[in-house]
Amino acid sequence: MNNAYDGLNEEHGDDARWAYGTGFADELSTVDRALPSTVDKADLAAYALMLGDDALVLAQRTSEWCSRAPELEEDVALANIALDLLGQARLLLTRAGEAGSRPSEAPSHVPDEDALAYFRTASSFRNVRMVELANGDFADTIARLLLFSCQRLALFTRLSASADPVIAAVAAKGAKELSYHRDHAARWTVRLGDGTEESRRRMIAALDRVWPYLDELFVAHPVELRLAGVAVDPASLRSEVDGVLDQVFAAATLSRPSVSPAEGGGRDGSHTDALAEVLAEMQVLARALPEATW
Amino acid sequence: MVTAQDVVGTVTDPELPMLSLVDLGVVRDVREENGRVVVVITPTYSGCPALVEMRDDLVNALRTNGFEDAEVRTVLSPAWTTDWMTEEGRRKLAEAGISPPARVGPRSVGPVPLSLDPPARRLSCPQCGSRDTEELSRFSATACKALHRCRACREPFEYFKEI
Repeated sequence: MNNAYDGLNEEHGDDARWAYGTGFADELSTVDRALPSTVDKADLAAYALMLGDDALVLAQRTSEWCSRAPELEEDVALANIALDLLGQARLLLTRAGEAGSRPSEAPSHVPDEDALAYFRTASSFRNVRMVELANGDFADTIARLLLFSCQRLALFTRLSASADPVIAAVAAKGAKELSYHRDHAARWTVRLGDGTEESRRRMIAALDRVWPYLDELFVAHPVELRLAGVAVDPASLRSEVDGVLDQVFAAATLSRPSVSPAEGGGRDGSHTDALAEVLAEMQVLARALPEATW
Repeated sequence: MVTAQDVVGTVTDPELPMLSLVDLGVVRDVREENGRVVVVITPTYSGCPALVEMRDDLVNALRTNGFEDAEVRTVLSPAWTTDWMTEEGRRKLAEAGISPPARVGPRSVGPVPLSLDPPARRLSCPQCGSRDTEELSRFSATACKALHRCRACREPFEYFKEI
């Protein structure tokens, strides 16, 4: 095979498909997939869904930049970040499915990860509100990526010791990717914050818009508290995350925003209208043509 | 006689066709279980879209060479690292104009420190050899590469970033 696109040729056979799609078996992992005996299955499913939905919704939002980013390199960077998050989401939604989570509305031939992504309505999604917000301008997107990836990297570093072998494996792998995401967002924050008058104005405004949604990332959900050993209490990550953010703000000559927290509740299915917009776009094809493969 | 190991060694990466999957360190094991060839692979990145392609290429190559009963298993743990890339793989990358990754070694436990400094390592331009190069972006055409540019000859080049 000479190049990546040969895989798309018909003569390559029906089995070979390049990139994601539906309609073919994709065994993602044969890590020890047994469910830990001491863990409540419903809680594990709920936790995997929280982590998976965060990644899925942010992947979808971030991919909206594809072909629209301010420069070609940035287009590529954001698409790569979205792809990493999508990969993490798939593994986590698959885990949620194994632990018993599957929407009854989904056609039976659809794999669990797709059933969960495409056949739930907004109130069944368990992501934090921060990830569903509209992209806004480039600074808004960077501000969100900075806050999210700082928290997520701290979380995944700790989750790599989770008692659930699948969550531990996803986290250990994801942490390496997230460290590149955090780097990217941090460097842009410095470049914009300590840049021109206009870039600085926009970076400050962006942080003011996203900051209210930060607190929700550190509020422990009862599921997380019940899953001691499997989950991490997000409240315990706050000081580490604050330390990294302060380092970025110092380099960017910015100060911590002083804005009041917004309402949370995403983990219990209470979302802003923005989530329904994301889902309408993301789910339209799978719902209109449930037999479609691509 | 051609062994299953030999056949697996000929299968190349769909995105980096100059490298075999063994060079890349993606193949973790080739073994026989009750007459069936089992190949264990691990994805480079969580979202690597080439995983399905890799599996099919491995199965097809094994079947073509007489190993009818072949299975590819994907494992996530331990997570892939560029340290698993072979010396041969690094050489082939460099020959293709892609700067190979440095060794990362074992990662320390605990919080990952953030560095805002420019990368300490100055890459040599694969075209003209100049050390006067700069990083343009830590992301490039595939998840595993970063984009650099030579300030002397102005040519951009890719760098296989450590992970």
